[in-house]
Formats: sequence, C-alpha cells, structure tokens
Amino acid sequence: MVGKGILRGLATTARHLLETYIDDVKGIPSRYAYDRHFIKQPLDERGIFTIQYPEERRVLPERFRYVPMLIYDADTGEDRCTACGICAKVCPTQCIWIVREEDKTGKPLPRSQEFYIDISICMGCGFCAEFCPFDSIKMNHDYEIAVYHRFPDLILTKDDLVVPTTYYAQLYPEAWEAEERAREEERKRKEAREKALAAKRAAAAKKKAAAKKAEEAKKAGEEKADGKDEEKKA
Amino acid sequence: MADEYLEVPPELSRNVFLTTLDAVYNWSRRSSLWPMMFGLACCAIEMIAVAAARYDLARFGMEVMRPSPRQADVMIVSGTVTKKMVPQIVRLYNQMPQPRYVVAMGACATGGGPFKEGYNVVSGVDKFIPVDVYIPGCPPTPEALLYGMMRLQEKIKRQSIKTVPWYQKGRDDIPVPVLGPDVLDLRRKDEIKAISAQIADSEKYLDRLAEKQRAS
Amino acid sequence: MVQEQAVVTEALPYNDVVPGAVIDRDGEALVVNREKLPELALHLRDVEGYDYLSSVTGVDNLTHPKRQGVERFEVVYHLYSTQRGGGPLVLKVRAPEEDPEIPSVVSIWPGADFQEREIWDLYGIRFPGHPNLRRILLWEGFNGHPMRKDWKEAYYEEEHKPYSSRWPYGHYPLDEYKYPWQEERAVYKDNLVFPKGFDPDQWQAPEVEYRLGQDLYRELEKLKTDRIVVNIGPQHPSTHGVFRMVVALEGETIVGLEPEMGYLHRNHEKIGERNTYLMNIPYTDRLDYINSMSNNLGYVLAVEKLMSKVEVPERAKYLRIIMAELTRVLNHMFAIGFLLNDLGAFFTPALYALEERELILDLFEAASGSRMMCNYMRPGGVAYDVSDDWVEQARKLVFDRLPRAIDELDNYLTENEILLARTKGVGYLSPQDAVAYSTSGPVLRGSGVAYDIRKAEPYCIYDRFDFDIVTEEGGDVYARYMVRIREARESLKILRQALRDLPGGPVIGKKKYTFRIPPGEAYQRIEAPKGELGFYLVSDGTANPYRYHVRSPSFINLTALGLMCVGHKVADSVGILGSIDIVLGEVDR
Repeated sequence: MVGKGILRGLATTARHLLETYIDDVKGIPSRYAYDRHFIKQPLDERGIFTIQYPEERRVLPERFRYVPMLIYDADTGEDRCTACGICAKVCPTQCIWIVREEDKTGKPLPRSQEFYIDISICMGCGFCAEFCPFDSIKMNHDYEIAVYHRFPDLILTKDDLVVPTTYYAQLYPEAWEAEERAREEERKRKEAREKALAAKRAAAAKKKAAAKKAEEAKKAGEEKADGKDEEKKA
Repeated sequence: MADEYLEVPPELSRNVFLTTLDAVYNWSRRSSLWPMMFGLACCAIEMIAVAAARYDLARFGMEVMRPSPRQADVMIVSGTVTKKMVPQIVRLYNQMPQPRYVVAMGACATGGGPFKEGYNVVSGVDKFIPVDVYIPGCPPTPEALLYGMMRLQEKIKRQSIKTVPWYQKGRDDIPVPVLGPDVLDLRRKDEIKAISAQIADSEKYLDRLAEKQRAS
Repeated sequence: MVQEQAVVTEALPYNDVVPGAVIDRDGEALVVNREKLPELALHLRDVEGYDYLSSVTGVDNLTHPKRQGVERFEVVYHLYSTQRGGGPLVLKVRAPEEDPEIPSVVSIWPGADFQEREIWDLYGIRFPGHPNLRRILLWEGFNGHPMRKDWKEAYYEEEHKPYSSRWPYGHYPLDEYKYPWQEERAVYKDNLVFPKGFDPDQWQAPEVEYRLGQDLYRELEKLKTDRIVVNIGPQHPSTHGVFRMVVALEGETIVGLEPEMGYLHRNHEKIGERNTYLMNIPYTDRLDYINSMSNNLGYVLAVEKLMSKVEVPERAKYLRIIMAELTRVLNHMFAIGFLLNDLGAFFTPALYALEERELILDLFEAASGSRMMCNYMRPGGVAYDVSDDWVEQARKLVFDRLPRAIDELDNYLTENEILLARTKGVGYLSPQDAVAYSTSGPVLRGSGVAYDIRKAEPYCIYDRFDFDIVTEEGGDVYARYMVRIREARESLKILRQALRDLPGGPVIGKKKYTFRIPPGEAYQRIEAPKGELGFYLVSDGTANPYRYHVRSPSFINLTALGLMCVGHKVADSVGILGSIDIVLGEVDR
C-alpha cells in the first residue's frame, strides 16, 4: 500500500510526542519537585530530558574539563605550583606563560611569579593537568565564562586562576582522595625511609664511635706500650 | 524598574515614557533573537546540540534558525574563521538587518584558538566584524553557549532607543575583504601598502626577529 | 661498472616489465623514475591488481637530516588491492627543486585528482597531465606554497614547540612594547604575509575556470536552454558546513559540478609538523569533529607503528575498540539524521539521532572529560580507566537503548515512500568507479565492494570479534543509507562482544609526554566511520614529526561527487552530498 511507510513514520513521531508526557507523568512526584538543580539522564527511560538551564544543570562527571585552574593549599596559602614549566611544555597551543621567581642572585626559586593562560587560545585538552607532577594545575568545571571584551578578560592571570584545595576536593572527590592517599603513602614512605636512614646513620655512628673507641683504646694501648718501651729504654 | 538599566543617560532617566518604551522594546527584541543558521566548524555541532531536544534553545525564543541573513538577528560565529571564508562572513554580516548582534562562539572565533598560528586562520572574527559576546571554550559546552546567549540578552536589556547605533545617521557596513596574496582588509589598505613598500623581504625580517627572540 | 648497475636494477621488482622504472629502495618503499611512473602505474593497476590508490602525498626533504643528498620534493603513493586485501605497495617519486614536475596519475587512478591538486597547492609540485590543476584548499593568487619547509607564517615563532618564550620568562604581552608577541611581532601586525612591494590597488584576482562538463549531455543542447552556473554554498544550510558546489545547470539538470573547498582549511598539517607527537592528539580531535575517538585511534596507531615495539595493555585494547565502535554508531545515526534533513524531512530524524548521540557523549565525557574533543587515546594505551559504573551504563546503552533506537530509525524511515522516491536510483556510483575514485567507507560498500579495513588489514584486535562486512549492491543514495543502518548494527554486535570480554588491569604504562621515536616513516589507516582514515608520519628522530599527513576519507570521497551528480536534478545534489557524509574539518583540515 502506498503511504504505509509514511503513516508508520507519522505514528513514530506521534508516539514520541506521547511518550514525553508519559515519562513526565510516570515521574510523579515529578523530577521538578526535589533536587531540581542537578539532572542525570536515566538510561532506562525513553527519549531524553530537556535540561532547563540555568535553573537545572547536568551532573558533570568528575573528569569534565573546560579551562585550567591553579591550586593553592587552603591551610597554608602556599601555591602548589613550583614553576617547573611542564604544563607550558606539553601545552599543544602554547597558551601558558610562566615567569619563574628568582632570588636576588638570579637563582631560580620553586615558585611562579607570573602565570598567564590565554583562554582565547586554550583548547581544553587537559594535558597540563594530566602531566603536572605536583597536582597543582587542574581543569576547572566552570563554564560560565562568557565575556563582553576579549582583552583583557580572556587572559587569565594568576589571580583569576587560583582556587583553594577545598574547591578542588569538592569538584574532584575521587581524584582528591586518591591523590591524598598517594601523598600520605609517599609521606609515610619518606618517613620510613628517613627513619631507616636515621637508624642506619645512628648505627653507622655507633659503629664509628665503637671503632673510634677501639682505635683510641688501641692507640692508648700502643701509647702505653710505647710508654712502657720508653720506660724500658729509660 | 528604571534602576535595572545601568547605562541610562541622565536626561533620559526623567523620561518615563521612553524608559518604558525601552523596556518593551528590549524585552521583545531579546525574547525572540533569531540566530542565523550558519555553522563553520566543530562548534556548530554543539550549536546543533543546543537547538536539539536536550538543551532546547526554543526556551529562549531562539529556535528559529534562519538560513537567510536577511531574517536573522544574531550571528553565532561557531568555529574557525579562515581567510578564505572571511569575505563571505563579512558579506553575511552586511546583509543582516539592524539590529544585529554577533556572538563569537569558541576559542577559534574569539581569538584564532588552537589554530591561531595557521597561515589561513584569522585570529579572531573581531578583526573584521564587531563582536558582542565572546564565549571561550573548545568547544563551549551547550550550557556555556546558553550562558553566552543569556549574556547577550543582558546586554540587549541595557540598550536604549536613544543611543542604539541603528537609529543614528550613517551605515556601519564593513568593506568586504579581498582575497589577494593574503586576505586584504580594505580598511587597512594604505597601511599594508606602506609596510610592504618598506620591508624589503618579509621572510628575512621574520627570521631576524626569531633570532633576536632566541638570543634574548 | 655497467654490469654491476644492471645487477642492482634486476634485483628491484617490476624492472623486468617496465625497464628502468624502479631505481632504488627506501625502506619499504620503491623509488620510481618519474618518467616511467605512468607506465609502471598502468602495469600495477592492470596486472598486479593494485586497483586502489589510497593516499598520495608530498614531502619536502629540505631540512630532513637523513635526506640531504636526495632531491627536494617527493611524492608518496600508497597502493592497495581491494581483491587481495593486505598491506600497501609504497611508491616514491622524486623531483628536484628547480623542476618540480611529476606526471599525473589521474588518468590511471581518478582518485588522485584532489590529492594531486592539494600537493600542487601546498607544495608547488606540478603534475603535467592533470586536467584541472589549480589550487584546492587555498585560493588562486595565494602567496607561495605554505607546506614547504622554508615558507614561514606571519606568526612564525620557532621551528618546533615548545617555544622557549613561554617558560621560564613567559611574560605575556600585556605590555606589548616590552614583550611583543604574535600580532605585535608580525610584520603586518596581523596574521598576514604579503610579497614585498605589494600594492593593494594594483591587485587583480586571477580568473578561475571551472571544469563544468562542456561535452556532457550533448542531447540537452537540443532543448535550447541556457547553461547557468549556480553556486551552492559556502553558506548554505545543506552543505554540512562551509562547502561550496559550483553547479552548471541546463534547466534543472546538472551538467557539471565542481566542489570548491578550503573554507575551513585550518593548516592542520603545518601545525602538526611543529607540534610534538603528543600535542597532535588533541588536534586530531578537530579533524572529524563528530568522531574524535576514531581520529585519536588512527593517530596513536600510526605513532605506535613508528615506535615499533609498544605494549598496549589488554584492557586498553578493548576500550579502544569500544570507543571507536560507539563513535561509529553515533556517526551513522547522525549521518542518517542529516541526510534526511537534506532530503527535506526537516529535523525530526536528526533530532531523534541527536538524542542518542547525547547519551553516547555522556559516556565519552565521563571517560575522557570532554563531550566532543575526547583526547582519550595515548601511544601505549588510553588516557584514563573507566569505572564499573561506566561499564554498566555502556551495557545499558548498547544492549538495550541503542538497538531500539536503530530499529526505530529503520522502522520509520526505510520504507517511507518519500525517502524511497528521493534516494532510489539517485547518485549512482558503479563498483568500478567507486574503487577507481578511491572512495571508502559506506560509499564504497554501498556500491557493492566488500572492502573493510577491519577485515582487509586488521588493526587493533578486530580479528577477535565476529562481525560481517556490510555491502549493498544498489550504489545509490539509498544503498549508502542502508549500509549505515546495517553497519551501526554490526558495530553494536562488536560492542556487545567487547563489553562482555572487557578484562581488568591497567590501561596504560607510565604516562609520558615525550616519546623516543626512531627515524623512519609509517602509514597507518583505520576504518573510520566515514571511510579510510590514514595517517602518514615521517620521523627524523626528533620529538616532532617531520611530515604529518592526514588521508581524510571525506576529502577523497568528494572526488566522486561530480560523477554522481551529473544528470540528476539540482535538488538531488544536496541529497547526494548528504549521502557521502562529509565533515568539513576533515575535508579541509
């Protein structure tokens, strides 16, 4: 029959239309009632929910990346960044600019004096966060950064970039936990190593002392002997 | 209500009629911004995603994507602007009726993005046409684009009939660039002529500069 | 001496048939005398069965440390056989700087058409015998040939990244005078390079002559219609981006069509040769921006091939397959949706396809961090592991939701009378032409050629999975549509097996940002959703690729567009273009 295919197509669209309402009715008490802010799409439903941004937001996965951020320790206020420059070296678009701090003699210090990211170039690849050995540069989840002026609003300086560790822990709970665990282990390992080293040193010192004592005793003995000899000679 | 407007000229603040008119005028304009159906690159796919079911641009009255610039209010420059494409973009912009707005979506349209150094890439569409809102990100997520569009609405909300450029005298059309040995912005014609007459060999100049950079 | 020479030439293949054609070996490649190239090519196609010219690309040997003695320009041909399958035959033809000319092979493999034009455009190597040798990605009148190693951009900073100005004294040019950068540093204060003494007032744009089928359809001349030339694009809602078709019409019938591209030419290869091997991975995302995972995979496989011994953990191997196949499902649904869009079913199928796409993108985002630009694969594995929750979500999608979505698509579209009327018999491409024009992917298989790289030259672990090559005999738009639907189902079959067998364990060894790459070259091709995606890499032993070329399926599939469109109505050209499924990021690179 001519037109059967068309009718079937129309039936499909009609079903889609109905299903949207059915899903809403099925969801009573509706999804609008409770946690309206964060929507996660359940996969066992048909169709897809409209996310009513800005009232509702999607639940962002932890690895979500938008633009980089710099982390400072919330307790001490110290930057984690040591200006090692790895992020600037792996950045594919070369949008990271770092000035390393130096003391008066020109010796480099493990701190950055200036830190710029030109987010009008940044491609959000996340390499800087991936390869940072100090976990100091991470990708921010904040995407609400549209501006009216390109210069200087889109060149993020250090002041724009820094966030406390608490913010990071909130965005990346899993990674934070893993990193803290690793850091704790590293600290323990270091402590153990230091302990072992101290013990070893102590043992070595003891040994050395004992050896010295023995030597001294020997020397004394020899001296005594010498004295005796001299006495004898005398 | 009047204190919502940030840029109200003092002589206008007394004029209740005009501010009310402004309010109605701006409300109607910002609630039915029709974007031009115009995709350049990767960001265009995210723009389609915004128009689709999950993000639903229709909630903002912007679902009417017009393929013709004559019927569009806002041009979302979604992707890398190349030199070969920029004459067409400027022409499209000129064909849009006033009031017209430009949103630079994504890093490429904003400032050349990851391809900025490329020989065929324009470092930001704002070199040629005025941009109202810049949305960084590569590509901006659909939410980021929606946020950018909301920023544009805010901007429209602050405009006033008295100061908007399209009721002023003179047209602000932009001369369409020419594809010469490189893209030629006709507004900079004399400057380019002067520079190319001065510089004996531009490539050698670049080499020297690079060497200088390395030395320092 | 003379005798010695003879012995050497006899040891080289094909010299018994075409004397003096092969003059040397270079690794796996055969160096061919350029005068003898057409003769040898004919022999290879007709006798040896190398009917498929996969990739033609140029190399500029100017600064390659190991190639200082050889001629400056080199054109590399990768030939395959669609009947036998298996690996490539690589030919290299060299030409000196002062006389960069190599005979065209368009008459033997028409698929070389656009690729030779690209080489002319970017390297300035001429191809005598090419019917239409003009610039393809840039415009006529552009200053120079930009891929040459001695051509520098306005924003040229250093030969290779990372640039030394970024660290440790990376003063951003907030103070333009003290630390000039890019715009300020460039001669014209912008990304511009003009020849010396350029006078804008004297500029005359060169005339472009389109090859619009003057001799075709002679019988139409009886109709006494005027031949009109219509430009479709670059801003046109149905050209899938910034693509332009120059169409010659007699009445409403197309008598000639020439694609005009380059409106999104983003200098991927030039930037790629400046990047390190790692930095190129996120750039490949932006090639075919609908299928970033496939692009990643192709590129890292090419790098791994160059590095030779790379151990990829078992779990990473499976994750690569899962991501690549999810991408294929996504792409085919997207392609069908937008094909229907082009045919006038405005937006409904596309919107339904986008719904499922969002869910797949959610998975990508959870795994890699970004919806579209995944940047997920690394040489030696994948960047991040996925959680058990992720696998559970993927199972739900693959076992339940996606099959239902594809069935629904099939159900409401395949037998739709309007779709049948618009697609059956439209845009016919014969199997012989499909192979000759180097088309690949659904276009090739829609013409009945059972050629799938996953089977013909297996990569990754595709040999462990049970799936079929999908072919349709029709060769028209409908056949290509059907291939996509059926291929999406085959992908789901692979996905089900991969998700069933997904082992545990690590996904990558130690993460490194520099790789030790020995000098050499590698061509790796994969079956991307759009067709054969190839990466050609030449290494000179440094941290940056010496030559980086992308053989993009969309670009080369377009070679056959003119052939498919001639004789149809102008409205059909839009549908035919939709059935090729191009992405401009990949066409223009």
